Amino acid sequence: MKMLDVKLLRDLSRMKGQAVTIALVVASGIGGFIGMLTAYDSLHGSRQSYYESTRFADLFSGVKRAPESLAEPIVQLPGVSDAETTTLFDVTLDIPNVAEPVTGRMIGLTDGRPPRLNRLTLRRGRWIEPGERNEVLVSEGFATARGLQPGDRLAALLNGKREDLRIVGVALSPEYIYANRGGAFPDDKGFGIFWMERDGVEAAFNMKGAFNSVTLRLAPHARAPAVISALDRLLAPYGGLGAYGREDQISHRILDQELNQLKVNATVFPSIFLGVAAFLLNVVLARQISTQREQIAALKALGYADRTIALHYLKFVLVIVLAGIAGGIGIGVWLGHYMTGMYTTFFHFPQLTYRIQPWIPLLAAAISLTAGVAAALQTVRRVASLPPAEAMRPPAPATFRRMILERLGWAHLLSSQTRMVVRTLERRPLRAALTTFGIASSIAIIIGGTFWGDAVEELIRVQFDEIQREDADITFVEPLSEAVRYEIDEIPGVLYAEPSRSVPVRLRAGHRSYRTAVMGLPQEGELRQLLDADRHPIPLPPDGLLLTDRLAARLGVKPGDRIEVESLEGKRTRRTLLVAGLVNDLVGMVGYMEIGVLNRAMGEGNLISSVAVRVDRAGVDLFNARLKETPAVATVGMKRTALETFEKESARNIFFFTTIVTIFAGAIAVGVVYNSARIALAERAWELASLRVLGFTRGEVSALLLGELAAELILAIPFGLWLGYLLALGLVRSAHSENFIIPMVITPRTYAYAVLAILIAGVVSALIVRNRIDHLDLVGVLKTRE
Amino acid sequence: MNELIQTTVFYARGLAKIYRMGEVEVHALRGVDLDIYEGEFIVLLGPSGSGKSTLLNILGGLDTPTSGEARWRNHDLGRADERGLTQYRREHVGFVFQFYNLIPSLTVRENVTLVTEIAEHPLKPEEALRRVGLEHRLDHFPSQLSGGEQQRVAIARAIAKRPEVLLCDEPTGALDYETGKVVLEVIARINQEFGTTAVVITHNAAIAGMADRVMHLADGQIASIEKNARKLTPGELRW
Repeated sequence: MKMLDVKLLRDLSRMKGQAVTIALVVASGIGGFIGMLTAYDSLHGSRQSYYESTRFADLFSGVKRAPESLAEPIVQLPGVSDAETTTLFDVTLDIPNVAEPVTGRMIGLTDGRPPRLNRLTLRRGRWIEPGERNEVLVSEGFATARGLQPGDRLAALLNGKREDLRIVGVALSPEYIYANRGGAFPDDKGFGIFWMERDGVEAAFNMKGAFNSVTLRLAPHARAPAVISALDRLLAPYGGLGAYGREDQISHRILDQELNQLKVNATVFPSIFLGVAAFLLNVVLARQISTQREQIAALKALGYADRTIALHYLKFVLVIVLAGIAGGIGIGVWLGHYMTGMYTTFFHFPQLTYRIQPWIPLLAAAISLTAGVAAALQTVRRVASLPPAEAMRPPAPATFRRMILERLGWAHLLSSQTRMVVRTLERRPLRAALTTFGIASSIAIIIGGTFWGDAVEELIRVQFDEIQREDADITFVEPLSEAVRYEIDEIPGVLYAEPSRSVPVRLRAGHRSYRTAVMGLPQEGELRQLLDADRHPIPLPPDGLLLTDRLAARLGVKPGDRIEVESLEGKRTRRTLLVAGLVNDLVGMVGYMEIGVLNRAMGEGNLISSVAVRVDRAGVDLFNARLKETPAVATVGMKRTALETFEKESARNIFFFTTIVTIFAGAIAVGVVYNSARIALAERAWELASLRVLGFTRGEVSALLLGELAAELILAIPFGLWLGYLLALGLVRSAHSENFIIPMVITPRTYAYAVLAILIAGVVSALIVRNRIDHLDLVGVLKTRE
Repeated sequence: MNELIQTTVFYARGLAKIYRMGEVEVHALRGVDLDIYEGEFIVLLGPSGSGKSTLLNILGGLDTPTSGEARWRNHDLGRADERGLTQYRREHVGFVFQFYNLIPSLTVRENVTLVTEIAEHPLKPEEALRRVGLEHRLDHFPSQLSGGEQQRVAIARAIAKRPEVLLCDEPTGALDYETGKVVLEVIARINQEFGTTAVVITHNAAIAGMADRVMHLADGQIASIEKNARKLTPGELRW
């Protein structure tokens, strides 16, 4: 081995504490980057190949009732390569040993055959026998959540008629990778997908020879908007609900959001780590070079070329970065593997294989090497240009100035020790600022990684305590007379019932349009509260409608404007209505009207489509039992069921991420504090030893050095809290989606946690350095010339 | 010795060096003329600030003159670029510094190997160290050696490449009397045995006795050159 490399290794091992802490910062950044990006890539790749192998549809549309003869004209539409119709309905299920009613979606399989589009993957059991109307396949997510096996039986209320069904197989569908009926949360426990012979569904719902759902594959290069309009025109006479593409398909959209979020996180967090690592490398290398001035001069005098010496110091950085990369790849693979595994609880793929494409670690390595070299370049250039004759002489003593405080005449306020601390800080303002910034960024990272818990808690609190205040939501198969609410009132356990009407609509403003629903609510309702941006309740207008603020933005309208509201059901009326105000919903994008106003606008009598109820906890069993067999009830959404599962799962994930992020940010804090302290100690060992000789105690001498760090730490806290707020705000904005918004909430608990974690990291680093100060070799230090 | 048949190794005419320190111009050398012949032992004597280090640095290719001519054989040291100077130092010059400038993270043997790795026809590191009497200290680190031993390692490092000139900047400056003598003996022996031209800087007038010629520097100029009729051995020096 070359002697310069021997020197390199010995120098590194002499400062292994510093080298290791910096390598850890690099490793954290690389680990985060690789972990999140490979998880992204695995998820993205699995989805891609799943979609392709199952021929996932490009377009989707619901329709009230269209004749099967329409299937042919649909396939003939220009730009359509294949189309498939079916009949599907949401129903109430009665599962043995499950108290509450659960919603099932019954999807018809034509002649009991596998579908051509959105093909199913049979996971267990067998396919249904053609002609066996009571055999069903069940979605794997639901089967797992409810412990269902092939051979199990359950009952469903098909259009009010109780049918006994037998599970023969467990399957997966690309349409339901994420099982949810809208809203922001997965609901594997409360929402099951079932496939049965289409004849059976059609018979139960009087749909012989008709379909109510169609999915299409586009031909290559087909223009989706053109096909959507053509399909809408074909289906309109039969109650078409408006076609939409994959971007509005719930499962696809939520997966997209998750992928997008992963990509943002994979970029934002590692950048901070690499920035801090670059700063540390720069400071440590600069320090190393200034201590080795005379060695550099000697090497030059011995005939070593500038380039060789510069490369020697560059290698110093490269070794640390490469160690960080190696560690980072390990961390990244583990993290990516873990995250991908975690996603299988929410996203149901036949095969969610974790894969590492070589470009990801290679890119990570390239980025961090570039950052490392960039950090070292300026310093290394100084090595090359160091005139050897000059380097032979000891460096000039550092220049100090009177402090700002002194110039202001306030110096008497400070003790001479404090003065030394302040002067040192002032002497290297850039380094002090960067150290402060480094510590602040670790606080910010903890906040940015931890506040999700606060945000999700707030989302749940606002959405389910303030906005949706019901315990259960009972939806009817078809809109019914308002009088039904009195029957609901009679159900045991119901404390209070409140009717509502939901109408599928298409909203138009100028050239923009959006397919959604308008909710009709009673004026003095208690179970559904509409809030404005300041979370104050807003009353329903006597005229016109309220829009979710995000919906108004999408349509480009503001209060006072008029929009066209086209009903997609019943008489399919078209009205121009006034936008009376905006509602700050966290989940979904809909319109709201007073229920009477809505019904008049639809040209219909007093109809309701669902009833929200508050249930007595003591009577909940009776309530459940009764609803399981109430005809006309399509589905019952139990708020608790959905929330409990979600909260449990998300709490686990949030805990995991908080821990990871805290460890990573701790690496930054320790890296910054420890290295700053070590460098300060090396630079001032002579001074500190002199003070010890003059009779200063260890404590007093430590206070001088650690005082500087404490000052930087204390300055970093408010700055870090502010940076954390900005980081969280940036992440919330980037996570912004039409489906839901993450409320920007950071609780004092989170701020306190971040500060505490950093203080602990700071104190631990300080103690290690303190230990070194205590063992300062007085004679040895004073004998060296530096 | 007869100067007429000797080859000139170093040749300088009108050598001047001006440093700029902030707003002040420091004239370190103001017109130095000198000739140094092959195999000579030269002592440059002068008080601090007389310009002797600057002169040595220019002769060693560590620094360049502001004006004037400096040559080593047929190499123009005044007009060589950084690459040329590095090449010159690497191939021909052995340096010994006042503070040894050893690499603290390398052992004695490794410090010498550092040079033999980049030299064309080097001595074996062990051989170089044997010549300075340190063959029993090969695997010690500089911090485990006395000052005199460190300086002898530095000399071994300087001679390991078989240099044509040995330039020593206050080699005994940081050493006590006895140790200083040991180091000077080593330098004298190298000069004699290898015929290496040696230039030694010192402000210790007593050392002048062991030189072929003594150049007195004062205020950036060569004030006088004296030739010793009889060279003393280091053992005979007294200070």
